[in-house]
Amino acid sequence: MNDLDLLTAITVFVLSVLVGVEVISKVPATLHTPLMSGSNSVHGIVVIGAMLIAAGSHTWLGYLLAFVAMVFGGMNVVGGYAVTDRMLEMFRARPPETPKNPKAEV
Amino acid sequence: MDTVSNAVHYVFLATAVCFVLGLHLMNHPRTARRGNALSAGGMAVAIAATVWLVIHEGTITTTGWLVLASGGLIGAALGLYAAREVRMTAMPQLVSVFNAVGGGAAALIAVNDLLQADDAAALGARVSLPGALDIVIGAVTFSGSLIAAGKLQGVVSGAPVVFPGARLLNVLLPASFVAGTVWLVLAPDSRTALYGLTAVALLFGVTMVLPIGGADMPVVIALLNAFTGSAVAMAGFVLNETALIVAGMLVSSSGGILTKLMANAMNRSVVNIVVGGFGTGDGVPTATGPGGAPAQVRQVSADDVAIQLAYARKVVFVPGYGLAAAQAQHELGDLAKLLTDHGVDVSYAVHPVAGRMPGHMNVLLAEANVPYTQLKEMDEVNPEFPQADVALVIGANDVTNPAARRPGNAISGMPILDVDKAKSVVVIKRSMGHGYAGIDNELYTGPRTGMFFTDAKRGLAELKAAVGEFVG
Repeated sequence: MNDLDLLTAITVFVLSVLVGVEVISKVPATLHTPLMSGSNSVHGIVVIGAMLIAAGSHTWLGYLLAFVAMVFGGMNVVGGYAVTDRMLEMFRARPPETPKNPKAEV
Repeated sequence: MDTVSNAVHYVFLATAVCFVLGLHLMNHPRTARRGNALSAGGMAVAIAATVWLVIHEGTITTTGWLVLASGGLIGAALGLYAAREVRMTAMPQLVSVFNAVGGGAAALIAVNDLLQADDAAALGARVSLPGALDIVIGAVTFSGSLIAAGKLQGVVSGAPVVFPGARLLNVLLPASFVAGTVWLVLAPDSRTALYGLTAVALLFGVTMVLPIGGADMPVVIALLNAFTGSAVAMAGFVLNETALIVAGMLVSSSGGILTKLMANAMNRSVVNIVVGGFGTGDGVPTATGPGGAPAQVRQVSADDVAIQLAYARKVVFVPGYGLAAAQAQHELGDLAKLLTDHGVDVSYAVHPVAGRMPGHMNVLLAEANVPYTQLKEMDEVNPEFPQADVALVIGANDVTNPAARRPGNAISGMPILDVDKAKSVVVIKRSMGHGYAGIDNELYTGPRTGMFFTDAKRGLAELKAAVGEFVG
């Protein structure tokens, strides 16, 4: 990897922080638990890293580490999304009233 | 980069867009579920693209495929099972466990990378620095989140655990992170540095969370969630995958914001929470236990309360963790419906930190089919308490204690619900036991307060039956 790649990576890093702040700061307290759970599933992207190390492993120790990382990552992704969906499903099961939530900006 | 690799990275870009839009849709209850589905879809496509990339590169061995497939399937099955079976009250623990495994996976990636490098000494700071950071943050998150989950589940004592030298240890361990990180950066092939750093980080996760009281766990979980995001982003630097950097930092910054919102709701700084929990620092902790109940508590029965409720015009419910622990959200929903049908104006006052996680109470009440339009946040509901004929407190404690308005005690300055301003207050609680702050609740001994000593589930069921007789 050359310097330009590193610079790109750091640029992406910084911009992602700003996007994260911008997207989250408007979420009402009602949704904080599902949101935490939802962002928890987003970092399940780590499973992609686990797949890549599984692909690069050639020793037993490497396989072992990759296996544990795959179990962890798989749990994070699948469990995270499933449990978030379960929570949000309950929020949606209401009759469609006009949403009155003046505190949304807090 | 060849064509396939290029294509895969365009897919990763699309995934990142899905994550951002998905989180954005979580701004509103109506669109939140779609947002989660969009985010999950983006994740699925990214995983499929990675499989394609792995096949295309062709370096993977048969054992590698077995490891990849079996590990992924086992993890997915475990996660799905846990997600399906968990009770809504145990949700914070489960999120914490999922967070732990995410951090653990991120740390393992860096450990593996440093072990596998053909010539680790030549890696350079470009890989070894983020690698070391990944190991530190990931391992701290892993052990810390498991302890946090244990505290919430009651496996580990919810009280702040303090042992001699704990403070000193919590200074020494981070200092050794710096030393270990520098060592690993200078000598990326040193196994001693690698294993030593991992062990110290795992230990620190434990010693960091143990002294924090159960009441602060929501903040801790949000903070650890942000940590995991950073660990994953560091793994992205190690593997040179921008997808991990984007997703990791999105989570990290959003987790940071949530942590701050939570800490603000408790009128405490994040540093203050991490450095020491309630009752650990100053003063003599008030004695707990059943003995010496204050004399001026007025006890009421289900029938007394039912009459008040049936003839009230406006009733505010104040649910707390006791409601969640007793799984009584459905009984409360039923009682509310009965009163609403009878023409009583019913609303719910939800403190931002009611339950064990930000917004946890809203989830529980949603499960009990309470329309979210009846749920009122603190600032909105506080001016309404003086008009409320009855405020019914179910298992909430510290967030209703008027002592918070005075300086000089464990909860001074914490924003509270102004329950004591209601015309009449009824508290359903099992005993006079203390909340997390470990101090007496002055609301319970107030002149307009009646205590209904019972389990939340049974008490609400009795109330519903009694109210049913009056209005039926």
